[in-house]
Amino acid sequence: MASLKEMRNRIGSVKATQKITKAMQMVAAAKLKRAQEQAESARPYARRMAAVIANLAAGVAGPNAPRLLAGTGSDHKHLIVVATADKGLAGGFNTGVIRAARERIASLLAEGKDVRIVAVGRKARDLLRRQYGDRFVESFELSAHKTLSLAAAQPIADVVLREFEEGRADVVTLFYSRFKSVISQVPTAKRLIPAEVEAGGPVTDLNGAVYSYEPSEEAILETLLPRNIAVQILSALYENQAGFYGAQMQAMDNATRNAGDMIKSLTLQYNRSRQAQITKELIEIISGAEAL
Amino acid sequence: MAKLHFSLVSPEREVFSGEVDQVIAPGQEGQFGVLAGHAPFMATLALGEVVVLDGAERRVFEIQGGFADVTPQGLTILAEHASEYGV
Repeated sequence: MASLKEMRNRIGSVKATQKITKAMQMVAAAKLKRAQEQAESARPYARRMAAVIANLAAGVAGPNAPRLLAGTGSDHKHLIVVATADKGLAGGFNTGVIRAARERIASLLAEGKDVRIVAVGRKARDLLRRQYGDRFVESFELSAHKTLSLAAAQPIADVVLREFEEGRADVVTLFYSRFKSVISQVPTAKRLIPAEVEAGGPVTDLNGAVYSYEPSEEAILETLLPRNIAVQILSALYENQAGFYGAQMQAMDNATRNAGDMIKSLTLQYNRSRQAQITKELIEIISGAEAL
Repeated sequence: MAKLHFSLVSPEREVFSGEVDQVIAPGQEGQFGVLAGHAPFMATLALGEVVVLDGAERRVFEIQGGFADVTPQGLTILAEHASEYGV
C-alpha cells in the first residue's frame, strides 16, 4: 500500500496532466475551426479543376492521350505518397493512414511489384522508415510551412512528376485521411497518376456547341495535368490538417475525461486509507489508556 | 443585357463570384473579352490583369497564370494566385 504522501503526489501529477490535455483540446478545437474553413475554401478550385479535366479527357481519349492521364501502359512500378501529420497525440489518426498504406505496400510487394515511397509529414517518415527505409524516395516535413498553401504542395508534386517523367513510376497513389466529420476521418487512397477522371462526372452540357481551345487541346492538358497533381496534393493536405485537429481534439477530450476518472478513484482511495489510519491511531490511544 | 456568371478561384479560396457584364482576361495568346453567351472556349492564361466590368463598376484582379473555361453556364478562371488590386 502506497503511503499517503505518495498518493497525494500521484493525484497532483494526474491533475497536472489533466490540465495539459485540457489545454491541448482547446487549442486543437480553435485550430480545427480554421483548418476546416481553409479546407472548405479550397474546395471550389479542386472541384472545378476536376470538372475541366473530365471535360477535356472525354475529348482526347485514345492513343494520343497524355501519359499523365492514360498512364504508361504498365503497372509495375508503384510510387506511394503517404501523407500524415508532423505531430502525434491525435489518437489513431496517423496510424490509420499508415496502416492503410502498409497494407497496400505489402499486397503490391506480394504481387512482385516495385514499390517506392514518398513520406509527407514527420510521422509517416518515422513510422515507415524502419520497415521500408530503403524504399524512400524523399520525405517532407510540413512544419516548415507556417500555413498550408500551394507552396507546400508544389515540391511534393515536383518529386512525383520527376519520378514519373524519368520512368521510375508507372502508378502514383496518395494516402491521406479524408475529413468526413470532426469525429470521423477515413484513411483514403487516391490515384494521382494515371489521373482519376470522375466517371459520369459533371461533363458540362454545351447545348451542342463545340469547345474551342487556345492553344490546342493537348497543350492545355499538358499544362493542366501537372498542376492538377499539386492541387490534389494540396487538397489532401488540407483534409489531413482538418482531420488531424479533429482527431487530436477527440483524443485529448478522452484523455481529460480519463484523468478525471482517475483523480476521482485515487482521491477515494486516499481518503479511505487516511480514515483507516486515523481509526488505527484512535484504537491505539484508547487501548493504551485502558491498559493504564 | 444578359449577365455573365463569372467566378475567379485560386487554390486557397474563391476570390470572386457573381453576375457581371464583361470580363477581360490575359490569354497566353492574347487578351480576350468574354460577354454573356460566349461560345464554349478554353484558354491558358498568362501573368496579368483580369478586368471585371459590371455597369459603371470596374474591378481589377492580378493573376499569375491559370485557365479560363467558358461554358454556357458562365466563365470560370482557375488562377495560380489571384488578388484584387487595392485590397
